Amino acid sequence: MKPKVAFFDFASCEGCQLAVLNCEDVLLDILGLVDIVEFREAMSETAPRFDVAFIEGSINREQDAERLRDIRARSTYLVAMGACACIGNVQARSNFIAPAENFQRVYGVEDRNRVQTDPEFWPLWAHTRVRAVHEIVPVDFELRGCPLVPEEFVHLVKSLVTGAIPRFSTQAVCVECKMLENECVYDQGETCMGQITRGGCKAICITNGYRCDGCRGVLPHANLTAHHGLLKSKGLSEPQITNRYRLFCSAESLGRVGRTGHDK
Amino acid sequence: MTNNAKTYTIDVHHVTRVEGHGNIRINTRDGVVEDVKLCIVEANRFFESFTRGMTPHEIPWVVGRICGICCVGHQLSATKAVEDAQGIAVSPQTVLLRKMLNESQFLQSHVLHVYFLAVPDFVGAPSVIPLIKTHPEVVKRALRLKKLANDYTEVMGGRTIHPMSNTLKGWRRLPDLERLEQVRNRLVAAVPDLLETVGIVKTLKIPGYERETEFVSLKHPDEYALYEGDVFSSDTQSGVPVRDYRSVTNEFTVAHSTTKWSRWHRDAYAVGALARVNNNFDQLHPEAKSVAETLGLKTPCYNPYMNNVAQVVEIVHCAYNSLAMMETVLNGGLREEDIGHTPKAGRGFGAVEVPRGILFHEYAFDEAGRCCDANAIIPTSQNVNNIEQDMKAFVPLMLPEMSQETLTLHMEMLLRAYDPCISCSVHMLNVEFVD
Ligand code: SF4
Ligand code: SF4
Ligand code: SF4
Repeated sequence: MKPKVAFFDFASCEGCQLAVLNCEDVLLDILGLVDIVEFREAMSETAPRFDVAFIEGSINREQDAERLRDIRARSTYLVAMGACACIGNVQARSNFIAPAENFQRVYGVEDRNRVQTDPEFWPLWAHTRVRAVHEIVPVDFELRGCPLVPEEFVHLVKSLVTGAIPRFSTQAVCVECKMLENECVYDQGETCMGQITRGGCKAICITNGYRCDGCRGVLPHANLTAHHGLLKSKGLSEPQITNRYRLFCSAESLGRVGRTGHDK
Repeated sequence: MTNNAKTYTIDVHHVTRVEGHGNIRINTRDGVVEDVKLCIVEANRFFESFTRGMTPHEIPWVVGRICGICCVGHQLSATKAVEDAQGIAVSPQTVLLRKMLNESQFLQSHVLHVYFLAVPDFVGAPSVIPLIKTHPEVVKRALRLKKLANDYTEVMGGRTIHPMSNTLKGWRRLPDLERLEQVRNRLVAAVPDLLETVGIVKTLKIPGYERETEFVSLKHPDEYALYEGDVFSSDTQSGVPVRDYRSVTNEFTVAHSTTKWSRWHRDAYAVGALARVNNNFDQLHPEAKSVAETLGLKTPCYNPYMNNVAQVVEIVHCAYNSLAMMETVLNGGLREEDIGHTPKAGRGFGAVEVPRGILFHEYAFDEAGRCCDANAIIPTSQNVNNIEQDMKAFVPLMLPEMSQETLTLHMEMLLRAYDPCISCSVHMLNVEFVD
């Protein structure tokens, strides 16, 4: 029997689901290998159990954490899909701002007051803080990046179907970047997160003229102290460095980049 | 039998095949609609809060993450707002490349919406997946067209989702002309697929409900406005500059919801493909006009279900317009431009049309050149009021003749017709407590 696969989205831009739909060349083949039983972006059906659940998005509210736990309980494998699910992504930056202030900046003072004083609103506004999926339930596999890399998605699905162990890059973006013989952005006066960031994206941002902002998250063995010192030596102030570390991997770098002034 | 004497509540939770999380709730009593609510239950992501402290260059790159399917539009609207704040003028080459990037996303999004989200409704399938067996040639054509549009975005922007080539002042890395030529050739060869698409949509049975409303879109003196222009109203037949966008959206709070609603000259207004086709019909490419005629779209058109038809008209427009722009680039070539910039203080405004309608961004930067204020008003939050008004108008008409299931489906189809992109509900929050 074909494995039952489901996709779920939480706080995200849904770009990772779209990246899956964008695998046009192999989409029909994949659909021949697996049975997609839930994919809200493309279908109306639902199912009780899944062999593989793909989770997109960060978990921002207790009600979402509950839903995630329920999905976990009904799934054999659970995959965190994209930077939002793996590391919290850009929105985790709001963790460093007081919740009431986040709310006020988006909705204004009046609505902030309403939310704070009206118990009916509290469940919905039970915004805890932005959490990655692994902070709530065990994650079996991760598809890193904002958005995920389609080739890695296809590789993971094929591996799961054939019972092989999926393999993902353990190198830094910097290694991939050098193999492509890109001109290093440090030579152009820019700074880069490529040295401390998990590879697998083929340094796509640098290849296209930008720098790496670390959307695939920090390598477990990365020397953050050295990287911090490097950014400093290039003239970045502490707030500028903090801003950079918090662009895409705020949740993950939380507590790891002690000297950059994280609040917790 | 009639449903008139009944009291019931229709709850459609997590409307599928809609980007983002939305619920529809309709209460009726004795055939009278007491309340219709479109509830957005998406968790907050706080873009307008956490963007503070970012540099001008980082803003468009990061706020693209508001929505994956409109990422190009968010990036472009934000780029324009930041450039306005930073006093940056861009070259005609940059404008041309941005228009191409933008239209590539129109093609991609409209194809996805028409084939994956709308067609299954009309043929009575729960999703596109069963169509692989029943209508394999339709699915294959959809994938071909989508891949072509995606490749177009990738050639222009460096990546299909969250492209990185466009930035303030111009292009970090210019599109490769050889690859662009390949896309051009494929687009020329795609004309039969486009005609087939028109053919399919012609066979769809579109519900015949109408409600007059105000249509709001960009309008430009020289072209079908997708990238620039003034904010135009069909009611007054006049426009205001983008920097006055707050006088257009007039966001207000209603008692039953904390969604900020929009209205301009009447209770509600509509944005999106149908609004644009209504406001700017004369500037459509001739091929697109003839498709409109084939599909029975006559302006003014007040049937919101016709938005799907308007999308097909725009697919054809963007295809032909893109071919013309590609010719210009391939014949004239591209030159490297200086994109260096030192951040400074200022406030600026930007708008572009995205597939779902007009999208506003506004940013302010402090003396150190760091973002200190941000605002984005997305098309769906402008449409939500209009969608509710449609539901209030149509449900009483549908009630006597439809079963609850059919009515529910029609409401879902209505919502989907607007192509709402609720994941980008940076500004929306509606609370619903049902016991
Ligand atoms: S990781 Fe990026 S592309 Fe994926 S859902 Fe999150 S914001 Fe979107
Ligand atoms: S640009 Fe970044 S990733 Fe590439 S070599 Fe330089 S530091 Fe490494
Ligand atoms: S180069 Fe860096 S920012 Fe770009 S995709 Fe790779 S990890 Fe993410």
